Amino acid sequence: MAERRKKPMTRRLIQLYSALLYNAHLKGFAEGQIYTGPLKSVCVPGLNCYSCPGAVGACPLGSLQNAVAASADRPAFYVVGLLLLFGLLLGRVICGFLCPFGLLQELLHKLPTKKVKKSPLTRKLSRVKYALLLIFVLAIPAWFALRRLPLPAFCKYICPAGTLEGAVLLLLHPANGALRAMTGGLFWWKMGVLLLVLGGCVFLYRAFCRFLCPLGALYSLLSRLALLGVRVDETRCTDCGACVRACRMDIRAVGDGECIHCGDCIDRCPARAISFRAGKILLRGPEIGEGGSRP
Amino acid sequence: MMTRKHALWAALVCTALLLIALGVWNGGAQDVLAKAIKICSECIGLG
Repeated sequence: MAERRKKPMTRRLIQLYSALLYNAHLKGFAEGQIYTGPLKSVCVPGLNCYSCPGAVGACPLGSLQNAVAASADRPAFYVVGLLLLFGLLLGRVICGFLCPFGLLQELLHKLPTKKVKKSPLTRKLSRVKYALLLIFVLAIPAWFALRRLPLPAFCKYICPAGTLEGAVLLLLHPANGALRAMTGGLFWWKMGVLLLVLGGCVFLYRAFCRFLCPLGALYSLLSRLALLGVRVDETRCTDCGACVRACRMDIRAVGDGECIHCGDCIDRCPARAISFRAGKILLRGPEIGEGGSRP
Repeated sequence: MMTRKHALWAALVCTALLLIALGVWNGGAQDVLAKAIKICSECIGLG
């Protein structure tokens, strides 16, 4: 049993370290101010609001929307290049290991309540994030860019990470009374979305990640090409489906666009066909023997 | 041996690096910085 806990703990530690690294400006939490240094010209790979008092990098999704909004004046080469590079190197490993909001969702799901399991309905709902990517991250900012009006629609109307890390952490600070005085209907709308998402995550594993996250949708488009991730040895695979049944995401096959490469399936495969690799380099193989027994 | 998938991956990585370099050159990185060092009123629901 202790051995079974070892690998998820490794992933959890990486999630915690990355959340701390993304938000290493600890002084900002104490002062209620955001970091304004040069590191913020670089996007972090995971979803982390740049208005979080601790954030030391830029949010890739916010930066993409703003780059699209400014694309009438300047092509969005920089942010597109960074996102392409992140996707090609890490793919949705970012969601499984390097996303602070993903970590929060997993911790909320640990609360002891009745859980909603994946189903054909959740699989259909998992397509919503692609629509949000197309409409709120690309189409609306591009449409308003033509009128020279910057509108990062996903940040403005939906993003619960921005509400939690930016709004809640900034507005709670006593030094930010002026910001608190500016809150209105939009703020309460976003708080409603945040509470709905956080509540949903208690019952549904990674509800935001599975159904609503446009960044996950973007990385999923490059998932098959990513250097890092879980791989299936087709010569060993018996198509028993144990991996897909064990997975809590809405995958159709290990390593597809919905897979966050958490590696939980590696030890569930009775044929020892799944491993975690960087290209051809084995990073983690199965720890069970042939037929499912532990060595 | 380099497969077609490896070649595509390498070509896309080169494209990504080229886009980043072009983005730094055309001021895209400065735009990201300029936005990220200000409190994002949209993100925190102030409009």
